[in-house]
Amino acid sequence: MKNANPLWKFFCSVTLTIVLLLSLAITSIIGTVIPQNESPDAYLHAYGAFRYQLLSALGIFDMYQSWWFQGLLLILTINIVVCSIDRLSGSWKLIFTRSPKIRPERFTNRSDARTLTDKRNAEELVSVYEPIVARRYGFCKVTRSKDGAVIYGEKGRLSRLGVYIVHLSVILLLIGGLAGSFFGFEGYVNIAEGEATDTIRIRNTGQIHRLDFQIRCDDFSLTLYETGAPKEYRSALTILEGGQAVKQKDIIVNDPLRYRGINIFQSSYGKLQPEKMPRPETAVAGPAEAYTLNFTSRASGMNYAVSAKVGVPVDIPEGLGKFVLMAYEAETAFRGMDVGASLKGILTPTEGEPVEVLLPLKFANFDKMRGGDVMIAVANQPQEKFTSPQPAEERYYTGLQVTNDPGVWLVYTGFILMLAGCFVAFYLSHQQVCIVIEQLRKNSRVTFAGTTNRNKLAMKNTTEKMFKAMTDS
Amino acid sequence: MSSSHFLSISTFVFALAAFFYLAALIFRKPRLTLPARWTVVAAVVATTAGLLLRWVESYQMGIGHAPLSNLYESLVFFAWTAGVMYLFVEFKYKNPLIGAFVTPIAFLAMAYASMSPNISDRIQPLVPALKSNWLIAHVATCFFGYAAFAIAFGMSIMYLIKARNPEKIEGIIGHIPKLDLLDELTHRMVLFGFLLLTGGIITGSVWANSAWGSYWSWDPKETWSLITWFVYATLLHARLMRGWEGKQIAYLSILGFAAVLFTYFGVNLLPGLHSYGKV
Repeated sequence: MKNANPLWKFFCSVTLTIVLLLSLAITSIIGTVIPQNESPDAYLHAYGAFRYQLLSALGIFDMYQSWWFQGLLLILTINIVVCSIDRLSGSWKLIFTRSPKIRPERFTNRSDARTLTDKRNAEELVSVYEPIVARRYGFCKVTRSKDGAVIYGEKGRLSRLGVYIVHLSVILLLIGGLAGSFFGFEGYVNIAEGEATDTIRIRNTGQIHRLDFQIRCDDFSLTLYETGAPKEYRSALTILEGGQAVKQKDIIVNDPLRYRGINIFQSSYGKLQPEKMPRPETAVAGPAEAYTLNFTSRASGMNYAVSAKVGVPVDIPEGLGKFVLMAYEAETAFRGMDVGASLKGILTPTEGEPVEVLLPLKFANFDKMRGGDVMIAVANQPQEKFTSPQPAEERYYTGLQVTNDPGVWLVYTGFILMLAGCFVAFYLSHQQVCIVIEQLRKNSRVTFAGTTNRNKLAMKNTTEKMFKAMTDS
Repeated sequence: MSSSHFLSISTFVFALAAFFYLAALIFRKPRLTLPARWTVVAAVVATTAGLLLRWVESYQMGIGHAPLSNLYESLVFFAWTAGVMYLFVEFKYKNPLIGAFVTPIAFLAMAYASMSPNISDRIQPLVPALKSNWLIAHVATCFFGYAAFAIAFGMSIMYLIKARNPEKIEGIIGHIPKLDLLDELTHRMVLFGFLLLTGGIITGSVWANSAWGSYWSWDPKETWSLITWFVYATLLHARLMRGWEGKQIAYLSILGFAAVLFTYFGVNLLPGLHSYGKV
């Protein structure tokens, strides 16, 4: 660590790396326990108002995009970059030198250095030992001096770069992820058979996004196994540009359509609701403070008109219970069918559970369908004839996931680099060996040792074999 | 014989192997590790036969697919990878007692697969999402990784037992390999597991991108595999850069395996896309 800047020192620390990795591991658990990106209603219901606000302020409901989680990732990124620069600048010369500096004492001072004496002189020994080193080590260099010689061999110098490749790959993954979230989109669209659209909805935000082309669903088919489990979802899609078909493809779950950088995936399907009945518009009164309600007792067939204010419970004649009007709603649907403006109320029978009752203003007979002891209708409203929704001819719609991710190639490059880098960092090593020959008066003394930056056990075997070859020769 | 015959036989052979190894350890009879090794070989052969036959049977049923599609098949495959990895380790490092901590894990996986009433061993057709060439690559890398972590876990447990009294030469402790060897082997196993887990996450990502259009969606299984990855990344950095070794590494390796188990089983308790693993 040459730089004394305290900020640099802080980001240079591996202790910081360990703290960050463990913090990421622990905080990531939260998002697997609390479902992410649900509707506020669901959270309010599950947690209550106070805890909802607290958790929401902390970004827990979209935690992987929250400021603090992204902050942890940012600090980790800085940590990786600073550590890598710091360490790489230290070992740059060692890795990229053309002629490595040989310091024999680094080897002769090792506790596992082996020695032997040989009658032959230094020059003879060099000619015997050099092939032993050169056979195993790509780089082999002999240095002669007046009192002996040094044979040095090394290999796998570049393997020291493995760890930096892994770190680079992590950076690429993060940049790729950022690029995707800034410049890409992830949306979905449901298209009925025979229809075409160029408008999709963005996931989570629900925003509308318009494509440069139209997607038409020509056909959707669902095949089942004999057991009834789904076998295949298949959508026949056509891409239209300016009304012209430019591409046609059947997509299934693992085989999407790709067009102009946009990917279209099969993700769901459904049956279409029957078409809305075309009906003449009926003028409907807006909300009022009070309504006249008609209660019809099923037991006696008697009909009672009772005036009811919104929010104030009224007693139903014949002791049939209480009823309270809750709200007026301008647009309501029943089983997917538009029934127009309605009142909603809660009926509490004398015996039994309270039930919610829907009272469409223009269908006085509507509540008959409920089959309760009392039928409720709103009096004095313009009427239409109510027809229960009929199952029409079955039609499907296909649910498509539509995505565009310009960062994906960065991520894939990161994937490849990460695997390659991990392999190099875990299984290749930088090995160095050195034979020092000292010319004595009558014989030569030979010292031999090797070092490696990892996998010391394997290196021990190699040096043993080499030493045996040296003694045998 | 059908595949299920082979697989029930292999369950018992794994049990026998575990028994031999534990007996060798507890009764101090190193000779027992020889039959134990051959029993593991037999169990692996039986499991291999069972898995291959199951693959063939699925084609005969007209719904052919690799036997890696539900919890039952994944448990059997896990036992198989653990057996294969263990044999490799024993062959390479010649330290049979490690088997006492690995074969019980393989046996438990097989026993859980065949005996739990909640796990169906029927060959089921593939749901559309699993129909992909990535299935085999993804499952194989993940499970060899899990097996390596399982062996590292076994060694870490041995390490902690041995570390309580490293000098003792009699009793069970005396038969456990030396501390520095265990430490080194744990590290090797974690390296191998980490490489494969990385490969498993990557193949899963690429597959998700081709099936759903998004390489990462923070689904609980994905997130838990990342949590596991973070734990083992911590271990590697602590060891290589901070010089942690021995007990500290053993504890981290146990923590990592706990994360592996949660990624494998626990996630089924949470909602998500990997519902194939549900019981």
